[in-house]
This record gives sequence, C-alpha cells and structure tokens, in this order.
Amino acid sequence: MEERKIRVLVAKVGLDGHDRGAKIVARALKDAGAEVIYTGLRQGVDQVVNTALQEDVDVLGLSFLSGDHMVLIPKVMKALKEKGLDRVLVLLGGIIPKRHVQELMKLGIGRVFLPGTPPKEIVDYVLANAPRQ
Amino acid sequence: MKTIKDAMNQWEQGPLNKVLAKSPEREETFRTESGIPVKRLYTPLDLEGSDYVEDLGFPGAYPFTRGVYPTMFRGRLWTMRQYAGFGTAEDTNKRFRYLLEQGMVGLSMAFDLPTQLGYDSDDPLSEGAVGRVGVAVDSLADMETIFQGIPLDKVSTSMTINAPATILLAMYIAVGEKQGVPPKNLMGTTQNDILKEFIARGTYIFPPEPSIKLALDIVEYCAEHVPKWNTLNIAGYHFREAGADAVQELAFTLADAIAYIEKARERGLDVDAFAPRLSYSLGCYMDLFEEVAKYRAARRLFARIMKERFQAKNPNSYLFRIFTGSCGSTLVAQQPINNIVRVTMHTLMGILGGDQAIHTACWDEAYAIPSEDSARLALRTQQILAHECGLSSTVDPLAGSYYVESLTSEIEKRASKYLETIDGMGGMLRAIENGYVFREIQESSVRFQQRVDSGERIIVGLNKYQMEEEEDIEESGIFEMDAGVEDLQRKKLSALRAERDTQQVEKSLGDLREAVDRGDNLMPWILEAVKAYATVGEICGIMRKKWGEFKAATYI
Repeated sequence: MEERKIRVLVAKVGLDGHDRGAKIVARALKDAGAEVIYTGLRQGVDQVVNTALQEDVDVLGLSFLSGDHMVLIPKVMKALKEKGLDRVLVLLGGIIPKRHVQELMKLGIGRVFLPGTPPKEIVDYVLANAPRQ
Repeated sequence: MKTIKDAMNQWEQGPLNKVLAKSPEREETFRTESGIPVKRLYTPLDLEGSDYVEDLGFPGAYPFTRGVYPTMFRGRLWTMRQYAGFGTAEDTNKRFRYLLEQGMVGLSMAFDLPTQLGYDSDDPLSEGAVGRVGVAVDSLADMETIFQGIPLDKVSTSMTINAPATILLAMYIAVGEKQGVPPKNLMGTTQNDILKEFIARGTYIFPPEPSIKLALDIVEYCAEHVPKWNTLNIAGYHFREAGADAVQELAFTLADAIAYIEKARERGLDVDAFAPRLSYSLGCYMDLFEEVAKYRAARRLFARIMKERFQAKNPNSYLFRIFTGSCGSTLVAQQPINNIVRVTMHTLMGILGGDQAIHTACWDEAYAIPSEDSARLALRTQQILAHECGLSSTVDPLAGSYYVESLTSEIEKRASKYLETIDGMGGMLRAIENGYVFREIQESSVRFQQRVDSGERIIVGLNKYQMEEEEDIEESGIFEMDAGVEDLQRKKLSALRAERDTQQVEKSLGDLREAVDRGDNLMPWILEAVKAYATVGEICGIMRKKWGEFKAATYI
C-alpha cells in the first residue's frame, strides 16, 4: 500500500499581509513531497481550524510577522483542542521575540522557527515529526 | 572605436590571458542580484549606439535619466523621511515631535492593521493588532492628537494608507482646517496604490474596480482642491519585498502606473492635470550598481512612456519622482548590529540614484518596532552621508560609467520586455487576475531562497561568518509595545461614541451611502462624515456593504 503523504496546512491568522516566508516554506514542503494547502491572507481562527479539520491535516504551520502572535495563538490552540485536533503538529515561524518562545512551547507548539531558519531545517523537522495516521 | 577594439584585443591576448592562465577568476560568470550577467570590464565599446543627448540628456530635462531637477541635491537635499508611528495617537505625536526636533522635515505615518483594513479598534477582528505596526486611528479625534503642536503648513506628511486612503486624507484636511491651514497649502502624500496591495502587500478591502475608483476619487479631488498633494504613490517596493527582482519591480510598477493613467483617462481626466502629482516608491536591495541603474532606468523609461504612449505635454507629467527605502528583507536577525552597514549602503544607493526621499531602516527592525535610539541612528546615517561624504555636490555622479550606463540600458530593455508581455495579456489588471504577476514574483522569491540555501548568495552572519554565541539583543532594550494600548484605544473610542452628535453622524453616513449608490466622487461626503467624527470602521462599513470584499487567489 502506498504511504499517505504528509498533509500540511500553512496559514496566516489575523490581519498581517506578509506571506513571502509562508509561501517559501509551503513551496519547500511541497517540493519535499508533502500535500500542502496555503490558506491565503487574513484568516480567522475558526476558519483556519475548520480548514485543518476538513483537510485532515497532520501539520499546521502558522506565520506571524506583526506581533499579534501572543494574542492569537492561544486561541488557535484552544480551538484545535475543542475540535479534537490534538494530534496535529503545530509549528510557528516569523518575527517572534525569543522571550516568547518558552511560553509558546507550553501552549503545545511543536517548534518555533526564528528568522533566518533555512527552509530545509523546517522540512526535515516536519518529515521527522509529523504524526502518522 | 576601432583603436579601442584593437587595444582591447591586445590586452585580452596579452596581460589578461597570462593572468587567467595562472589564476582563474573566483566565478565562471558574475551576475547582478537580479541575475543580469556582468562582464569583466566595461569600455566605451559597450556604449556604442547610445546617444548622449537622447538617452541621458541633462537633469531636469527629457528623458530625465540624470535626475528630475536641474540642480538636484545642490539645490535641496533629498527629504529624509523616516517611517514612524505606533501605539496611540499620543505615542505617535510624541515620536513625531521628537523626530522633527532632531531635524527631520518630512513625516511618514505608519498605521496599524485595523486602520489599514478599515476596522475600528473595538472590532473583534482587530484583537491583538491595535496600535501594533502603526498608530491606531479610529476617528478625526485621533488625527487631531497626532498633529497637536505640528503645524500642517510647515511639514509634509506621507501616509502609508491604501484601501481607506480617502478617509485618512479627509481627516488630514479636517485637521488642517481646524489649525487654520487651507487644503491648498497642505503638502504630503497618500500611498493610495491599491493595485500593489492585491499583488504583494495584502491590505486590500474591496474588489479591484471600486478600489481603483476610490483611488481616482483622490486624484480627481486633489487636482481641484489640494493641488500640492501627491495623490498616488505607485509602489514597487512591496513587489521587491515579496521576492521580485529589480527588473520585475520596475516593470510591474510601471505597469501599475499605466493601468491607473488609463483608468483616469477613461474617467475623463486630462493626463497633464493629474500625472504631475503622481509619485513613486522603489525599494533598495544590496547590489549598489544595479539599484542605481534601476532608478536611472525608471526615470528614462517612464518619461518615454508618458511622451510616446500618453502624449503628455506638461513637462511635470514626465517626472518619475522616487521615494526609496531599505527593503526590510535585506536585514538579518543574526548579528543584527551588522544591519547598520546594510542600511548605510541603501542610503548611499538612494543618493547616488538621485532619489527625492529616502527612508533608512533601523538596525533592530528584524526584531521589533525600532527603538528611539535606533530611529535616531538611522536619521543620523542620512545626515552623515548628506554632509560629510561629498555625495551632494554634483548631479548624477555615476553617469558616464561604462558599467552603470550599460546596466541602465539593460534594465530598461528587460523592463520594457515585461511591459510588452503584460500589454499582450490586455494590461496589468488582466495580468493580476490571471495570476501571471503572482507567479513571476513567487518564482523569483524561490530562486533567491535557493541561492541563499546553497550558499551561492552569501549573507554575512546567516549562511557565512556565523557566530556560535550571539549577544542577545533582546536583553539590551528593543522596543516593547505597551500592553495597555489596545484597552486604552478602545476606551477612547467608546467615550467618543458616547460624546459625539449621533444625529449628525447618522446623517453624514446616510448621505455617504447615497453618494456610494450614485457613484459620486466620495471625497466630499467622506470629509463631512469624518468631521462628524464617524469612525473608519463605520465609513468603510458602508462601502463594504455596497461593494463586498475581495478574496485573492494564492499561488505557492
């Protein structure tokens, strides 16, 4: 039987319009053989979580560059739990001050990728850590 | 030319080959940042066929390659325009007054995302974003506070605002009136360039047709009432930040300009009445010669388009006036103090490129909103270059360089080719709709990343010369947003809602609704609404209801 491809949702939550990085990561994962969906800009928390549910994703990659991550990420994590999506590996990237990383990890984020991370490092992490069904 | 050719042959077969045989060059081919091949040596042979008067001419004269004004920085230095704005109106007022005291003459306003997207601070969608990447403006009351003690007839103000530009301009006009400054004396710029929002920056609200109509409402209104206002700043900067190369940046900027001018003409506006108030923004990357050549090519190509395609007669219609700024994506989070060198180079490129206004980024921008210290350092960088380095004593000092002239022509040629392709698709609006522009930019973005990943494109501190243990700059005081800003702004807004004359608000919003239905120029109606202290969210709400919201396609 052919192995199911890893399914990844790359998402922009909130009002931020910067998605060069999100699209680079999405492309790198696609090139590495994952099934990648990119939400596009300005998604609400519920929209993203519903897409994650409908698309039955293994990994949710969130991109934040406007400083609203500490407000929005707790909401995403709560909504994921409510929908029973605990198994989804949540990753975070963008402009995130180092002092926030520990608190974010406590919320259940798998890993926070800071500026300058090579896409390959993210791909390798996803391939090694995505939950298998 | 023949003597040069012969001498060059001799040189190649003699000294050059001797050295190459012993020690080959570092690379087989050298290229600019945008991939244009660069030769070992440029000579008069590379300028064969070019005509000084036709292709370069004189500054302040067609085709403006050498600059838009005859005396350039000998007459007046470029405008040092540092982008600032954060938190509440009070915070931004304080920062503006500080920068003015430090010798800055042009203000550049950053708005928070709710304001840019037409939401009030108490909208659920605004949560977490109020006052974050710029100042929060809900109503005229906020604008009055921002400009308290700043006479609007003494400063010029550039507002980075697009979808709701009509509203913020109306507020600025209203603040001016309260200060006793009539609209005809107001100076400044509304970015108001919605096309690049669809392509790269992302803060669009309405679908393209009504969005362009709104942008042109400002163009039309100001031609009559606010004659010194730069109505539309057509920006390529954001394409560059999204991953475009220098040629694409220039080509797409000009394609947007052509689209606006065509739409304005369809509306019955005379090109010579509005084109002089259009201005342009281009980004600044790291390849000095390519950037300078890009600015020079931009002026020449634009002037030719205005003359040949639009038959403009007013000499001011030909002027491609450039605001440039450091591209944030060139800044590196690793060993961030190195960014001071990078932004100094950007500033140098803007000066050598003959640009009209320059923004120097702050070294800590890869982390957060700049601190007051780093904002001052960025301004001082410009002042040092302006006064200590001999850069402003002569016009267009790189002209005549065989390399720079030949690169200028090459960039013009490559950008023209893009314009032909876009014309072939039926214009820029079609090229945006059919995904062409997105794909071009995304492919460039991926190529750049691959060059960085492979180590071909060196970024100091990131993929070469890394340090194991870095000093943690977050310890040493980067800007920290006051966590209470959002609450404070909401309280101010709810007090305003309670205090204002509700009847007047409703009447002005009702009038606006009817004007939207009729398809009027909305500026006068929006002006009435902001004077009644209607909010950004209320005014945009009316347009949202009529026009709906745009959802962009994505391409990865």
